[in-house]
Parts: sequence; C-alpha cells; structure tokens
Amino acid sequence: MLTLAHYLILAAILFATGIAGILFNRKNLITLLMSIELVLLAVNTNFIAFSHYLQSMAGQVFVFFILTVAAAESAIGLAILVALFRNRKSIHVDDISTLKG
Amino acid sequence: MEFKTFVFYFLAMTLIYAAARVITLRNPVHAALHLVLAFFSASGVWMLLEAEFLAVALVFVYVGSVAVLFLFVVMMFDVGADRLREGFRKNLPVAALVASLMLIEMGCTLWLRFSTSAERALPHAEAGYSNVKVIGRLLFTQYAYPFELASVVLLTGVVAAVALTLRDRRASRSANPSEQLRVKPRDRIRVVETPIERPDAENDPKGVE
Amino acid sequence: MELRELCLIVPLAPLAAAIVAGLLCRVIPRSIATLVCILGCAVAFVASAVVFFDVRAGASFDGAVYTWVASGATLIETGFLIDPLSSLMMLVVTFVSLTVHIYAVGYMRDDASVNRFFAYIALFTASMLILVMSNNFIQLFFGWEAVGLVSYLLIGFWHERPTARAAATKAFLVNRVGDLGLILGIGLIFVSCGTLDYASVFRLANETSGATFALFGASESSLLSVICILLFVGAMAKSAQIPLHVWLPDSMEGPTPISALIHAATMVTAGIFMVARVSPLFELSETALSFVLVVGATSSLLMGFLGIVETDIKRIVAYSTLSQLGYMVAALGASAYSAAIFHLTTHAFFKALLFLAAGSVIVGMHHEQDVRRMGGLRKYMPVTALAALVGSLALAGVPFFSGFYSKDALIEAVAASGIPGAGFASFSLLTGVFVTAFYTFRMYFLVFHGKERFSAAHGFAPGETPRESPPTMTFPLILLAVPSAAIGYFAIEPMLFGGFFRDAIATAENHAVVEKILAHFTTPLEMAMTSPASGVFWLTLAGVASAAFLYLMRPTLPAALRSRAGVLVRVLENKYYFDALYKAFGDGVRSVGKFLWLIVDTRVIDGTIDAAARGVRWIGKGLWQSIDGGVIDGIFVGGSARAVGAASRFLRRLQSGQLAGYAFFMIAGVCAMLSAWFFTQTKGFLP
Repeated sequence: MLTLAHYLILAAILFATGIAGILFNRKNLITLLMSIELVLLAVNTNFIAFSHYLQSMAGQVFVFFILTVAAAESAIGLAILVALFRNRKSIHVDDISTLKG
Repeated sequence: MEFKTFVFYFLAMTLIYAAARVITLRNPVHAALHLVLAFFSASGVWMLLEAEFLAVALVFVYVGSVAVLFLFVVMMFDVGADRLREGFRKNLPVAALVASLMLIEMGCTLWLRFSTSAERALPHAEAGYSNVKVIGRLLFTQYAYPFELASVVLLTGVVAAVALTLRDRRASRSANPSEQLRVKPRDRIRVVETPIERPDAENDPKGVE
Repeated sequence: MELRELCLIVPLAPLAAAIVAGLLCRVIPRSIATLVCILGCAVAFVASAVVFFDVRAGASFDGAVYTWVASGATLIETGFLIDPLSSLMMLVVTFVSLTVHIYAVGYMRDDASVNRFFAYIALFTASMLILVMSNNFIQLFFGWEAVGLVSYLLIGFWHERPTARAAATKAFLVNRVGDLGLILGIGLIFVSCGTLDYASVFRLANETSGATFALFGASESSLLSVICILLFVGAMAKSAQIPLHVWLPDSMEGPTPISALIHAATMVTAGIFMVARVSPLFELSETALSFVLVVGATSSLLMGFLGIVETDIKRIVAYSTLSQLGYMVAALGASAYSAAIFHLTTHAFFKALLFLAAGSVIVGMHHEQDVRRMGGLRKYMPVTALAALVGSLALAGVPFFSGFYSKDALIEAVAASGIPGAGFASFSLLTGVFVTAFYTFRMYFLVFHGKERFSAAHGFAPGETPRESPPTMTFPLILLAVPSAAIGYFAIEPMLFGGFFRDAIATAENHAVVEKILAHFTTPLEMAMTSPASGVFWLTLAGVASAAFLYLMRPTLPAALRSRAGVLVRVLENKYYFDALYKAFGDGVRSVGKFLWLIVDTRVIDGTIDAAARGVRWIGKGLWQSIDGGVIDGIFVGGSARAVGAASRFLRRLQSGQLAGYAFFMIAGVCAMLSAWFFTQTKGFLP
C-alpha cells in the first residue's frame, strides 16, 4: 500500500541525484542545468505529494508557479550559455573565472 | 501488491534510472534524451497523485520545450564530450558522499514520520471532478495577481533570452526613410572657401597639377 | 435637509472657495476667484439664514461630526452646537462677510493680488464660522487661532509696506499673549472636568464651583475664577481690551474691507461671543465678572477719548470699535449677556457700514486718510455720505437707530447690576455716550461737511473733485444701512425680552439685570419716544451739538483748544503711552540681556570656558602623544588593518571564480544544515 513516504522518498532520491549531478559535472554547464531541473522536479513532486495527502490545492498552484519560474530560468540560463559560447568559443567551466579574487 | 503500487514502483524505477543516466552519461545529447524520459516518468507519478493538470503541463512545458531547447543548444555547440568529462572520477567520491548522506538523512526522517499516512484514508474524488477546473478557478480568483506576475516573469524571460542571444548584424545595410527626409543641404555638401592659389610654376611644379 | 447637513455646508462652502481661490491663485483669472468666493459666501449666508429660522422655530443641534483625536478615553471631536446664540452669530458673520466680499470687488479693483485677498477673506469666513459653531473648547481654540492667522495675513496684506508688516507682527504677538491665557484656561478646564464639550463642562461646573486651585504654589484661589479670568485674557486680546488693545488701531494698515469685516464686525467680537458662550462658568464667579466689568468699562472710556484727537479716518473708526467693544465687555461683566450680544449684532452692522463708508471715502480721495484734508464730500459722494450718516447716527445712539436700542439697554443693565465695580462702569459708560457722539460727528462733519480742503491732499490735480465710488461699493453700503438703521427696533423685543436665547446663555438669579430693565419696557416705539426723559438722550445730543459747534460753526476753535490743553492732548496723542510702555518693557528686557551678556557671559562664562578649554587641550596633547600615537594608531588602527589584510589574503583563495567551487560550497552548506537539523531535532525518530 502506498503511503506519503513512498513519494517523499522517491523525491528525496531524485533530489540527491540532482545534487550529485551538480557535484559530478563540475565542468559541464549543460549537465549542470539539467541537474538543476532534476532538483526542481524533486521539489515539485514533494509539493504535489503533500497537496494530495493534505487535500489542499495550494500545493499544486505553487507547483504551477515553480514550473513557470523554472521554464523562464532555463530559457535565460541557456541564453546566457549561448551568449557565453559566442563570446568565448567555449562553455568549459574552467574558462569562466573572471570573478577570481 | 495492487496494480497502483506496481505502477508506482515501475515509474519510480524508470525515473531514478533516467535521472542517474542524466548525470552520468558522457554524451550531452543522450543526457538530454534521458532527461525527457525522467520528465515523462515524473509526469506519471504526478498522475498517480491525482495532479492531472500539472502532469500534462509538465509534459508540455518540459518535454515539449525545455528538453528540446536543451537538445538544440547541445547540438548547436557540438562541444567535445571528453573535455567536459574530465575530473569526473576525481569528483565522484565527494559527490557520492554528500549525496548519500543527504539521502540517508532525508530518507530516515521522511520514512519514520510519513510512512503512516496511508492513501486509503483519503476520500477519492467523485465522478465529475476535474482537477483542471479546480486549478483554473483558483488561479483566476484567489491567485489572480500571482498569476499575472508569473506571466510578467515569463515575458521577462522571453525578452531577456532574445536580448541575450540577439546578434547585432552590423554588416547589414538598410535605409532609414525618416532620416533621409530630415537631411538638410548642409549635411550633404560643404562649401569651403579657399584663397585663390597663384600657381608658381617655376618654383613648385607640383602646384600646377 | 437635516440641520446637521445644513450646518456642514455653512463653514465648508467658504472653505472650499478659499481652497480653490488660494491654491489656484496664480492660475485662475480674478473674475473666477472673486465669483467663487462670493458664491461660497452666499451659499453660507443662505444656509445660515435657513438655520437661523429653523432655530427660531425651536430646532437645535448639539453633536459631533467626526472624531478628530481619540487618545485613551479622551475623545477630541469636531462638532456643532447650534442654538440661538450660534445661529445668530452665523447669520451676522455670513451677512457682513457677504457684503464685504461684494464691496471688495470694487475696493480691490486695482490691486494685483486680488485672488489672494479673496482666498484670505473666504478662509476667514470659514474659520469664524468654525469658531462660532463649535461645540467644544478645542474647536473653539482652533477657530480662534485660524481667525488670528487670517487677521495676521490680512493686516500684512500689502506686505511691501514696512508699516503693514510691523502692524501684522504686532497683532500676532499681542494675540499670542491672549492665546496663552485661553489655552491655559482650556487646559485647566480639561484637567478639572476631564472633558472639553461645552455641555458636559457646564454640567460639571456647578460641582467644581467650590473647588480651589493652588495658584503659584501658595495662595488658594477659586478654580472657576482662575479659569474664567484666563479665558477672559484670551478674549481681551481678541476683542482688544485694555491693556491688550494696542494691536487694533495698527491693524488699520490692512485693506479697508478687512477692517470692516475682521477688525470691527466679526473677529474682534469673538471674545464677546466666547464669554457669552461660557456664561454658565462666568455666572459662578463674581470675581471674574467684576474683573470683566472693570476692564470693559475702562476700555470703553479711555479708547473713546482717543477717537477725539485722531485724524486718520480709519483709526477714528477703529477707536470707536475699541470703545464699543468695551461697552459689550462691560455688559458681559454685568451678566447682561443678551444685551452684549444684541449690541454685538447691531454694532456689526453699523460699524461695518462706517468702515465701508470710510473705505469708499478713501478710494474717492485717492487713498488719502487724513480727515483734515477732506470736507464737503457730501456733494460729491452722496450715497457714501448718506450711509455714513446712518452709521454715525446708529453709533451715536440716536433714538430709533439700532445703536440706540442696544446701547440704551446695555447702559441700563450695567446700572442695574450689583456686581463690584458696577458704579464705576455705569459712570464710564455714561461719559462714553457723550464722547461717542462727539467723536462720531466730529468725523462726519469733518469729512462730509464744512470747507472743501481736499486740494491739500496728495493725488489731486487742481480743480479735480472726488467721485462717488462704483456700484459694487455703494450697493453693500445700502445693504448694510438698512439693518444699521432698523434692526434695533425690530430685534430688541425678541432678543432681550422674548427669550430668544432660550438656554444658550445662563444667568444666575441674583445677576438677572436684563429682567430688571424689562420691568419698565413696553414697546420699542415707546422706548424711543420716552428717551428724552433719560440722561442718555441729552448726553448724545450734547455730543452731537458740541461736535457741530466746534467743527461746523467755529472750525478754528479746535486748534486753539488743542494748544491750550497741552498735556492732555499729548497724553491722548501718545495713546496713554501704552506703546511706549511696551517698548520700554522690551528695551528693559533687552538692556538686562545686554548687561548679562557683557558681564556674565563674556567675563564669567567665557572665562570659565576658556580655562576649561586650556586644561582639556593640555590633557589632550598628552593623550595624543602617548595613547593616540602608540596604542590606537599602532594596535587598533594599524593592527586591525593588518588583521583584515591577513584574513583577506586567506579568504581570497576561496574566491576562485570557479562556478563549480561555489556550487560545491553551497551544497556542502545545505548538507551541513540538514545534518545539524537531523541530529538535533529528530532524535526521537531514530531507532
């Protein structure tokens, strides 16, 4: 029988995967962005699971807004990536260290 | 094991597998394709949670646009996968440690607290229930202003993306009619008064030319 | 319409007009500003008239309009108390204001800042209405200050004249003295009664009447007497009673319509109105009544004398105002409140009339104000002359004219009073009758009769004669002449003896002087017909006759008399040296200050400071070398800089510029927080 914990643990695994992805792929901006999408997916799954179990639609509305913001975020992120690639001819993270103190 | 539980485990396995492949695959194109798979399975999980509208929206928004966008960008760049993967092995232990620590902690907490909230206790939706209708009503009444704000965020995203990627084509030439009309004679021709030269042929033969 | 809504319209209409004309004074043309203000005033007048007849029919209103301040249990509310007294004041104020508005159109014709002028007088009308309609002391004080402010603005209206500026400042400062008394009185009322509503205060007054109040720590005084005298100090400044009268003659620097409206008919009577309004308090304090009576009688007599020697036409009228205000105050002191308000009403009409007539003369004379350079103007300004004659007859108290009824009733009431000082007051007022008639007709004869002397005035070409003023100026004169002549005849019976005021003013049993004079009153007609039997009539006649003798038949005699009575004239010409006294007081304070500055400040204080400074400097030098240079610069300042430098050299390594590095630290931080939470908060979950 399914309980809330099933969904939450699934989301936790997804979250941990996303975090691990960020840490693995320290050189690849594209995979970094994909990992962030995974983390957001985990968060959204959490919201929906709670919304279902608490029988409150507020969680789903919240997910709707997160989806909106995440879509905008990935669009801008990729646009930055494109602009970066055009200027530097590279998306290698090591090449982007202008902020070095 | 009832059917629903089976479906959940199947989707969950697919989701975890796809997510794992997203972060481990060397080829970004393959990674993006696995991301699509992950979104699909997550959408199935959301269906199980009776969030039909969001499940469909996830497929539309993410599979339909975001993942495709990723694919485009990846293919456009055509970066060497080898260089991007360097340091992967070096980071593996730290990443695995942090991730597994978080997973264990979260897992323990969540399982101990929420494994008793069984789904069976919940009242199931009656026949005419529409998740879309309920969300729509909420969005257009109680959450009308946040909804408007979200649209502004999206618009900003669109404008920002275009502004960032727009290439100013300096080479292209075009005529601006209003500037052409506004032109004055003195912008076109300049009369310069010069003293009349007296060519001195003997001393400076070049002056005659 | 409900009485409450009607009452709201009354002050708000001129206020709205003032806002429109004032805020947009640079934008709108003068015709619109003028029209708006006249319209606002006319609306207020019509509404006041409706209110007046409603009140005559028995209606009344006492209630809050809105809560201004709520502090704990204390409520300060804006409200209206509409009873016969306030409705009568509303009618008088709006009527005089309306005529002055119309008159000012002609008078201010050539002035550049007409819009500002109209905004001011509309604002004044609104403030005065707020004052008289108030149902509590705070709103009264608000209106009191507002009319004071407008008075200041209007006295200094021609602010390019130094004399106008000085007069405005003088009026403002003298009124501050009175306002101090008023606010102290209001504060005492609040402390002792805990409320500021008229009705509640009057209800509580009987209970507090026995209470005493430790004045200046030592001597115990009756609380009510102190309150009443303090309130009356406010009235003294506003209604220009000795010794706070000095501002009123100087206020004639303002435009003449203002002198008519503010400094004759309405604002200066605010003090009279206030005392009548709080009559339930004054009735309980014989001391305060006696004080009021003596001050009023003294003012009426002394200020009347000044009118005899004055040569400026407006100032003559101003002194007569002071004298008449003294009459009203004396009546208040004798508990004849209704007589005082009756005289206030008739005086408002005939004094406004006289002022406006004076203004008309001034315009006709090209702004010459010296009566010695006028004369014979009756021929050239017939309407003005007629209006001035009606005003003068009313002021002098000739039978059948309004001033006769009010003044006669007032004098009888004071004579009938048993309050200490009533004998002196009665004598002063009777002398005042002669003086009033004399200076009034002195002015009238000098201006409108006798030899034509205006060729000596400035601005007259040889052979040029004064011209009658335009209809906008003569029309208000006619408008005011009618009530000036007739209102006494029609109003005396209802106002004094017909119970017009109902319970608006209270009179104690033993102070009921008005009832005493009622005993031998039959009809207004008979009162006038039998007047030759009393001394008052003959005194008036003597005043008029001697003025006629001195200024019509023997025009050279006054100058001779003047040179004969040297000391007396000098005292009068210097206005009893009040201004000199105040100046001496100011100079004295200044010399004391100067002395203190020279001796105490420069020697003692500066010397001490210098010594202290030298010592401090010496210590400072020592500290600078040892502590500052060594400890602070070396350890704190330099040391902290070195510490920051070392720390930043280390921390700079963290700022690698590597995105992944930042991401790693962020995630590590999240992980650490999660672990911390996990191990502290969820121990219970662990097996």
